[in-house]
Amino acid sequence: MSLPQLSVGFMPLVDAAPVIVAREMGFAQAEGLAIELHRAPSWSRLRDMLAFGAVDAAQMLSPVPVATALGLGGAGVPLHALSVLSVNGNVIGLSRELAARLRGAGHGFGFDDARAAGEALFAVLDAPLRVGVPFPFSMHFELIRYWLDAVAPGRSVEIRTVPPPLMAGAIGAGEIDAFCVGEPWGSIAAETGMGELLLPGRAIWAGAPEKVLAVRAGRAEAEPERFGALVRALWRAGRWLDQPGSRTTAAELLARSEYLDVPAEIIDRALTGRLTISGLGEARHVDGLVAFHGGAVGFSWRSQAAWIGRRMAARAGLDPQAADAAARAVFRSDLHRQMLSGAGAVLPGASEKIEGAVESERPVASEGGMLMLRCDRFFDGRVFDPSRPD
Amino acid sequence: MGDRLSIVVVEADRERALLIVDSLRGTGDHEIRVIAEPSRLARCIAEADPDIVLIDVADPSRDMLEELALASGPLDRPVAMFVDRSERGLAKAAIEAGVSAYVVDGLRPERLTPVLDAAMARFQIFRQIRSELAATRRALEERKAIDRAKGILMKARGIDEGEAYALLRRTAMDQNRRMADVAEALVTAAGLLS
Repeated sequence: MSLPQLSVGFMPLVDAAPVIVAREMGFAQAEGLAIELHRAPSWSRLRDMLAFGAVDAAQMLSPVPVATALGLGGAGVPLHALSVLSVNGNVIGLSRELAARLRGAGHGFGFDDARAAGEALFAVLDAPLRVGVPFPFSMHFELIRYWLDAVAPGRSVEIRTVPPPLMAGAIGAGEIDAFCVGEPWGSIAAETGMGELLLPGRAIWAGAPEKVLAVRAGRAEAEPERFGALVRALWRAGRWLDQPGSRTTAAELLARSEYLDVPAEIIDRALTGRLTISGLGEARHVDGLVAFHGGAVGFSWRSQAAWIGRRMAARAGLDPQAADAAARAVFRSDLHRQMLSGAGAVLPGASEKIEGAVESERPVASEGGMLMLRCDRFFDGRVFDPSRPD
Repeated sequence: MGDRLSIVVVEADRERALLIVDSLRGTGDHEIRVIAEPSRLARCIAEADPDIVLIDVADPSRDMLEELALASGPLDRPVAMFVDRSERGLAKAAIEAGVSAYVVDGLRPERLTPVLDAAMARFQIFRQIRSELAATRRALEERKAIDRAKGILMKARGIDEGEAYALLRRTAMDQNRRMADVAEALVTAAGLLS
């Protein structure tokens, strides 16, 4: 007797943890599902694999399904997000040369204040800033733009695409001055002395939806049982990952050659939030560097999709209202809710929220228990109200 | 102008690049350029201003080409992954063969098809060679681990090679694991204890 199967694609990153754990720790099996994992060499490849049916579902950059809905990039096959797999998880780093200039000017690398770090950075820059991000449609891109537009409006910034495994090499070779990348690739740049870390992504937006579970539009509705089992298995995997006692095991699992193929010790840094920011071994601790569970982290808020859609539309010169509507339709909070009902998940009563409005943990109306939303503030204190977006 | 297509092939390996160029030449008198350096890929392509860009799907630098798909990108003419504009079946076949093509908007499908067919055939061969090579390398590594594990057992327990092999095989069967896995675990443990 064999279990029904689903194939799931992933990229070698710490935030692939839920899909790896769902398989390796038996959460999928407990839901009566066998999942087969496929590692992809690039985001565009993973998106194509999903679009053409080489995989049934994929860990995906949260802006990719939104970009596809807006007609930007991709194979024109509509994708939907069933869950948010992780919130935050990126780090921002500088070349050693630029980091040394910042130190010389008295910046203390406090690793928590995005405004101070950004102002210090532009105070020592004498040329346009070249920043590497993994993909044009990524939270990395959105965070860098949001941060630099607010800190240094009008200053020249060039954002380039550099695949995560090549990021340390690119900054070491002087092709870029700074980067925003998902772990473990930032820590690898610091460990190898190619670059130094300046900020965690969450210092810019503490509630940034980073990766989603993406499927081809219509698939989940056609096979609700199988995809429901996947969503529940991933939710349980996230809950397991959230327990401090799981982290060593998780780091060992992810380190395996068929997954990330990097030392477990480096992966452990992101999972515990204890980062080494430079070749000198300076340590910084970040609470919630990457979050997989708690505070409805996995909920695909329509307001998050709207935020992404409006920012993309503004850059691409598309109609903001149409982009807002198209983006919202991509984050399937309705399916997420249906699939997790009865699994013990605490789900919010609403499907959208004011982004950036939670300063510290706050209770909200919910189904099935007490829901505490986590801090989701933007570093500049602005909020995004989806009902009054302007 | 006219029939001549400008094609860019992104391929770091010189020999592979030459083979691809050869097979593309068979489809017509095209202007073919090879880009081997992944840094500044998008910029190099923008400068070359080609009709078609071909890249191995296993190449991580493919993500750099996505920038070209943006309306505000460095090219005046929009570039899309060809699947946007052409037949679905062809796109799927190309991706399965291991090649991605980016095509400048407006290129007629009948001009693209022969070029893609030739590229697909070539990439399919590369893909087969690559998977065979990986399988061979893996088999070789497993053999090495088993040999080392046998040596450790022979020394530690004073048994001969045949007995050491039988012991490894029996342990693997009892534990429902592969012999190479048992051997690797033993080699690691022995390394830690020595």
